[in-house]
Amino acid sequence: MKINRRRFLLSSAVVGGGVLIGYSALKPSKHRRANAELAKGEERYVTSFIKIEPNNSITIYVPHSEMGQGVHTSLPMMAADELDAAWEDISVEQAPAIDMFANGELVKGFAGEFGVPGFLTGIINASAFSVAELMNLQTTGGSSSVRFTGETSMRTAGAAARQMLVECAANRWDVAADECNTQLTHVQHNASGRSLSYGELAADAALLEPPENVTLKDPSQFTIMGKAISRVDIPAKVDGSAEYGIDAQSEDMLYAAIRLAPVFGTKLISVDAGDVLSRRGVKRIIELEDSVAVVADSYWRAKEALKLVKSEFESSDADTTSSADLFAGFERSLAEDNSSKVIEVGDAEAAMDSAADVIEGNYTVPYLAHAAMEPMNCTVHIHDGIAEVWTSTQDALGIKGRVAKIAGLSEDDAIFHHSYLGGGFGRRLPFNWNVIDHATLIAKEFNVPVKTVLSREDDMQQDYYRPAVASNFKAAFDANGMVQAWHNRFTGPIQTPGASHIPYAIPNQSIRVVDGDTHVPIAAWRSVDHSQQTFFTESFVDEIAHRSGKNPYQFRMEMLSAHPRHRKVLEVAAEAAGYGQNLPEGHALGIAVQESFGSIVAEVAEVSLDENNRPVVHKVTCAIDCGWAVNPDTVEAQVESGIIYGLTAALYGEITIENGRVAQNNFPDYEMVRMNDAPEIEVHIVESGEELGGLGEPSTPPLAAAVSNGLYILTGQRVRELPLKNHDFSRSTPIAQV
Amino acid sequence: MATFKVNGIEQNLDIEPEMPLLWALRDELGMTGTKFGCGIASCGACTVHVNGSAVRSCVTPVSAIEGQEITTIEGLASVAASANPSAPDLSAVQQAWIDHQVPQCGYCQSGMIMAVSSLLATNPNPSDAEIDSSVTNVCRCGSYPRVRKAIHSLATA
Repeated sequence: MKINRRRFLLSSAVVGGGVLIGYSALKPSKHRRANAELAKGEERYVTSFIKIEPNNSITIYVPHSEMGQGVHTSLPMMAADELDAAWEDISVEQAPAIDMFANGELVKGFAGEFGVPGFLTGIINASAFSVAELMNLQTTGGSSSVRFTGETSMRTAGAAARQMLVECAANRWDVAADECNTQLTHVQHNASGRSLSYGELAADAALLEPPENVTLKDPSQFTIMGKAISRVDIPAKVDGSAEYGIDAQSEDMLYAAIRLAPVFGTKLISVDAGDVLSRRGVKRIIELEDSVAVVADSYWRAKEALKLVKSEFESSDADTTSSADLFAGFERSLAEDNSSKVIEVGDAEAAMDSAADVIEGNYTVPYLAHAAMEPMNCTVHIHDGIAEVWTSTQDALGIKGRVAKIAGLSEDDAIFHHSYLGGGFGRRLPFNWNVIDHATLIAKEFNVPVKTVLSREDDMQQDYYRPAVASNFKAAFDANGMVQAWHNRFTGPIQTPGASHIPYAIPNQSIRVVDGDTHVPIAAWRSVDHSQQTFFTESFVDEIAHRSGKNPYQFRMEMLSAHPRHRKVLEVAAEAAGYGQNLPEGHALGIAVQESFGSIVAEVAEVSLDENNRPVVHKVTCAIDCGWAVNPDTVEAQVESGIIYGLTAALYGEITIENGRVAQNNFPDYEMVRMNDAPEIEVHIVESGEELGGLGEPSTPPLAAAVSNGLYILTGQRVRELPLKNHDFSRSTPIAQV
Repeated sequence: MATFKVNGIEQNLDIEPEMPLLWALRDELGMTGTKFGCGIASCGACTVHVNGSAVRSCVTPVSAIEGQEITTIEGLASVAASANPSAPDLSAVQQAWIDHQVPQCGYCQSGMIMAVSSLLATNPNPSDAEIDSSVTNVCRCGSYPRVRKAIHSLATA
């Protein structure tokens, strides 16, 4: 990644003699504008990130949302380490939702991989946005925060600030800068025994131009990075004081319960509210184009009243559509094969024609809801020509613009209030805006704050879903049993370019996508296309291994000679899991590996069947190469989290469509892994020293295949459809292990 | 009029007897530490203590807790402190949650901590099977392995 650091480093004085130092993807002119428009009195805004005050306290502004991934800790660790500050002197604040805190590095980072990430591609298609504006996002997604904002912005800002403070101290002491060193928020001159705190130097530092060349530390010099630092957000999350979007409150607040069109995309025709308006606390019945809402002085009163409101929605072509119809459509699409190229290597079709043997497998996965624990909600207060918004979001700037647009205001007249997120997983990314839009339209009718909350049932039925995918795989073998060709046809759309690629040395490959559009709205879901594709590819690779008469682990190792990082994580996970050694009676191990978001993850799942022949996952042993670990404990926590999220999907996850609408309502029919299902998880961090990889998502993709591959050994049944709850494993014949 | 104590303070609320305790706490009293998750007593995010026992407040009408003692996440530490004045600020469970870095997004953790506190009050050294059957809260971030470790650390402390 080539970065012109000089151009984007900025510094400025703050009230009381401190300094703000930052780094941004924005042009300096934006900062001049920010200063002109936002600064009060002697206040000066600089792009971002680090504020040093005379009392030696340091504030680090984080431009990403905290949704449990620990980014409010790991990003400040990166800045503080390069700054050579004592961690105790650091406090952390969420950067305000104004465009000078935009994190366009995310986009630049992805551009180096496979192009713009899938969860952002809608922006390019939306006329309201341009590619240039894409750089001004404040999005948290794509396992990107530490990789891109951290590496390019946080560390650079910290290192630049340190160099400026050293220069000030050297000037004051009239010594050479290279005679000075820094530690624990002080600059020292060892030859003379002098020392100055950063706070004592901050006012002078504010007068300096940021350095042209910034030198980042070698990992051997790290004092904070690489340590398991406790997360700054946890204390508030154990005493009930952490505020989420749904916790916004005010004395005069009103609450809206809303019924959205049950069949996606249909319009409201009529409403019969009966005498609902006479109920206690009920203020208004609001009819919108595609929904009806009750606004009351408590959410419960609004929700109870809405149950009594009758409504009719227009009919639609989708009214009789079921999941079976959608999958039949996928099958037709696969059979017609009007496909677009993803990868063509060699001549896979010719290899199929001349093969000694061909195996085939049709794989499918269903739609999935995100089911974040905090139901979707948004509070909007439109008053005095401005719109204030409180909501848990992965994209504060985007929400601000959206609310302003729906409210008919300019973006500058919208104010965003940050909160923690009660889970994101992709649901709270740009364009998944149904709640935001409706909350704004409802709030336009009042001059007090209105909090719109989706019930769990609405949250589940009005999501933007992980796409259902159907696929057809074939593999061709020569007379020696060597795999010669790989064929994958799958239904789109593609949200994550590269997810269907395989690292294995198969000489002929044909990977193509066919149309898979339906009326069901879709979005990114933790790990995006990797969650479906890795289940397919790592299961089918397992089929190939067994057909080749090879042990699935050994087969992968042989086929990955060009990918030493993949081999290493496989080796570490297999050894730690006791792969190839004796297991308890009735247990088996399944293995899978996948690279996603810059990290490579191998997982070994130890599985058995319970007395009712239901799958049990006892333990998942995981090895992850994420380059290196900024905070090993949050790395482990994210890996654990992604595995549990993947396990819920593998065991239970299934959104079905009946009569055009989602059939599931709440957790009883969209079940979750709980304590009783949760396996022991062992995480091994493999530090390759390569560029940082992402962490929020990469442990999710391999899980379903690892579990299914283990179940194949245990039962002889190849799982080609998820979830596992739909499979009958009662007639099992363990296969002979190679 | 609904009358009950929340964290030691008597509350008299002019609300419908069928209003669930969850919404009385959140929207009437402004105590937002107790969370709405599913509304049907499935996920446990709304767990509070009624007379010391874990109860899912989203399906508990205020008429059912008339005159009773409610403890919420906001009052857990002070209730623990009044039982043992020399205890630190946080209850032992809350401290274990910090020590083991249990929460991720944290949204379910108020309910999780209330459920675990209630379990440990009656069974200070639960087996894994006992944990599984009594802590049935949903955590979408998958904090379960750490919840289990934290519970066991309290049992052996």
